[in-house]
Amino acid sequence: MIRAMLIPRRLIMLGFFAAFVIWCAVTLDWSWIPAYAPLALSGLWVTIWLLVVSLVLGFALAVPLGLAQAIGPWYLAAPARAFCTVIRGTPLLLQIWLLYFGLGSLFPQFPWIRESELWPYLRQAWPYAILSLTLSYAGYEGEVMRGAFASVQKGQIEAARAFGMPRFTMFRRIWLPQAIRQALPTLGGETILQLKATPLVATITIVELYAVAARVRQDTFIIYEPLLLLAVGYLLIAGVITLGFRWIEGRGPRM
Amino acid sequence: MSSAEAAALRGTTDTASEEAIRVEDLHKSFGDLKVLKGVSLTAARGDVVAIIGGSGSGKSTMLRCINFLETPSSGRIIVGGEEIAMKSDGSPAKPKQIERIRTKLGMVFQSFNLWTHRTLLENVIEVPVHVLGIPKREATARAMELLGRVGLAEKADSYPAFLSGGQQQRAAIARALAVDPAVMLFDEPTSALDPELVGEVLTVISDLAAEGRTMILVTHEMKFAREVATHVIYLSEGRIEEEGPPEEVFGNPKSERLQQFLRTVA
Repeated sequence: MIRAMLIPRRLIMLGFFAAFVIWCAVTLDWSWIPAYAPLALSGLWVTIWLLVVSLVLGFALAVPLGLAQAIGPWYLAAPARAFCTVIRGTPLLLQIWLLYFGLGSLFPQFPWIRESELWPYLRQAWPYAILSLTLSYAGYEGEVMRGAFASVQKGQIEAARAFGMPRFTMFRRIWLPQAIRQALPTLGGETILQLKATPLVATITIVELYAVAARVRQDTFIIYEPLLLLAVGYLLIAGVITLGFRWIEGRGPRM
Repeated sequence: MSSAEAAALRGTTDTASEEAIRVEDLHKSFGDLKVLKGVSLTAARGDVVAIIGGSGSGKSTMLRCINFLETPSSGRIIVGGEEIAMKSDGSPAKPKQIERIRTKLGMVFQSFNLWTHRTLLENVIEVPVHVLGIPKREATARAMELLGRVGLAEKADSYPAFLSGGQQQRAAIARALAVDPAVMLFDEPTSALDPELVGEVLTVISDLAAEGRTMILVTHEMKFAREVATHVIYLSEGRIEEEGPPEEVFGNPKSERLQQFLRTVA
């Protein structure tokens, strides 16, 4: 593999890339890094945490949303479809603001909410960030899972029925795993989109990776260097996600 | 008249000791289309009943009604002396009963329908472990034995997509055997196979017949039906046109339609 990388045209490309990196390192201003490194690390942590939590919760919602649309009775299918349509048809930024500035300013008007145990959390920004990112992922993936559930071959389900498998066992052992396997390539791409949607929550005071770059710009008037480093940061996370999904897809059977 | 009264009038009992399966006066309509117009079948333990007939004659539907993959419109189905409770529209009255009875009816499909996300071994132990609650070690040992019997022991860890049709169908037979079924249902088990792969599957099925497995077999392989069946049913347009021992049905067909059918498939 290393040998294949070292063919001439690749070497030339690598040369250009190395020259660019060296040029950046030498001529640009990186003096701010030590002062902001701790903040950048905590921002990275917040980004990853937001991503993982919203992926897990969002996917947990997407499964019933997809199932309801694929085989549910109309009174479940219709609301599920409406939810997915609204989420996919409106900007995420708008959803974040509606939840944070809308719900967030509605809550304090009710004394019983203000006095509840949850209030210390509800007055912070992160619950609204998690909620909006989760709902967004659920809306998109609900649609993906609808297609995935519908595309599992009828014979697979029929074999499970013919052997007396109870409905839930059949769902858990046959239908869901096959649907997820069908959806994996799409889910991988959607997960990277979800990563790139996280900077939007910087607009509601969450200090994640992007907000750190904005902070550096504000404090020091250095504009491009933090943004360049930020791009590298997102690229690395996206790379890890891609490799992760490739590994999962490679492990399973060819279908 | 309830089905119990009907049975009493005919003087039949549901607990004949040697009876493995009985189907009485089965009707099935898809909308306005009447596919089965009152067909009956009885198999004692060890019987091999072959159902033959042209395409559209209702033979697959008849088989699929037995384990309620299709809901019959009316009729009675008695498996091992236990009648499947049906509502007046034919739908199962007790879904749990259907699930329990299905575990006694090992089914083999035309298109194999192995679970593609599981290896052959996982396919074979799936129902014993996750439906019947047999310990995994025990189920695995039995599954390896069954895969060995159908000549696929060394393919236990392969996924179905990497196997030929004949291998997949033999694995599907092992999967059906894994539940130790009272009756095996074969729905045109060789129709989706390349001609050179048909033989290996038929060999496995005749071995099962030879060891006394009760089977109901929908098939296009007339020569094979004649060799392994103890009873042959010829279906035509949703009715039993003729039935009897294979040497009678094939050797001395009485009805015009059967004679014509046998000429076209021969």
